[in-house]
Amino acid sequence: MTFYQYIAEGLFFVFVLLIMAGSFITIRARILMHTVLGLAVALLGVAGIYFYLGSMFLTLMQILIYVGAVCIVLIFGIMVGSTPTEIAEKTIKDRKNIFLAVSAAAAAFFLLMISILKTEWIAAAAQVRDFSAEHLGESFLYQYCLAFELISVILLIAIVGAIILAREGRGQDDKNPWAAPTQGPAHVKELTSVTENKGDPLA
Amino acid sequence: MILISDNLYTYLILAVFLLIAGIYGLVQHKTFIGMLVSTELILNGAGINFMAFNRFLAPDPAIGQIITLFIMGIAAAEAAIVVSFIIAVFRKYHSIDPDDVMELKG
Repeated sequence: MTFYQYIAEGLFFVFVLLIMAGSFITIRARILMHTVLGLAVALLGVAGIYFYLGSMFLTLMQILIYVGAVCIVLIFGIMVGSTPTEIAEKTIKDRKNIFLAVSAAAAAFFLLMISILKTEWIAAAAQVRDFSAEHLGESFLYQYCLAFELISVILLIAIVGAIILAREGRGQDDKNPWAAPTQGPAHVKELTSVTENKGDPLA
Repeated sequence: MILISDNLYTYLILAVFLLIAGIYGLVQHKTFIGMLVSTELILNGAGINFMAFNRFLAPDPAIGQIITLFIMGIAAAEAAIVVSFIIAVFRKYHSIDPDDVMELKG
């Protein structure tokens, strides 16, 4: 084992530690914002694990989509809700729920560990071992095109559904935020009157 | 010498850890957002599982990456939907506690 392999192994444990610390913060934090920040740390660790599993592209996508997008959406969801100190008292649970949580997690752990250790994993006879983004993109757009199209349709439906859901309970005045203002600020009017004829050179 | 980072079981146990952390958080949290965050942990455990099988067992390494990307897309869509749902619920009930939301009317 060379020097660089030792460094690689050490980094692997750093990523595992990131995942463990992040998920511990996520499930035990009393303030909701800390929960999401713990999730971001755990997701960064998962991105590192994807790198060790051979996919640079998935590493970058994990950072971009999860840490960049999903966590921001969650933080936004927290900020429009109640304030963090208001929530802090509420997340402390009574003993009964902790017992339920521990027993559910332990049951899942033992069931899965038994099946992991008892199964004999057999690798495929011929493996391609091509982890390049080029190979991934070709398979994605030719052979597995349906998955690609499904993702785009699901995201479109999610965006439309999110807009409909979030607009539901608004007041009468806010029904159409894109409607033209009946009386805009004075300087806007001035600006439009100045650029009215000069804006379009063909007019 | 067997490297720990080059072993299928390491990644499977890591995925199990993420799953049980997610289940624990799902039962233990008392807010919608906390439950959603725990769901993200579970989905990431599934992603690690797929990538591990993809790396060690699968004939074509593109398949597992595509499934993991699909999971990421689903997770992003789910987060957007649930956050807008939380905003709607907060507007109607002025609470983010799941126990307060008790009516199921249209």
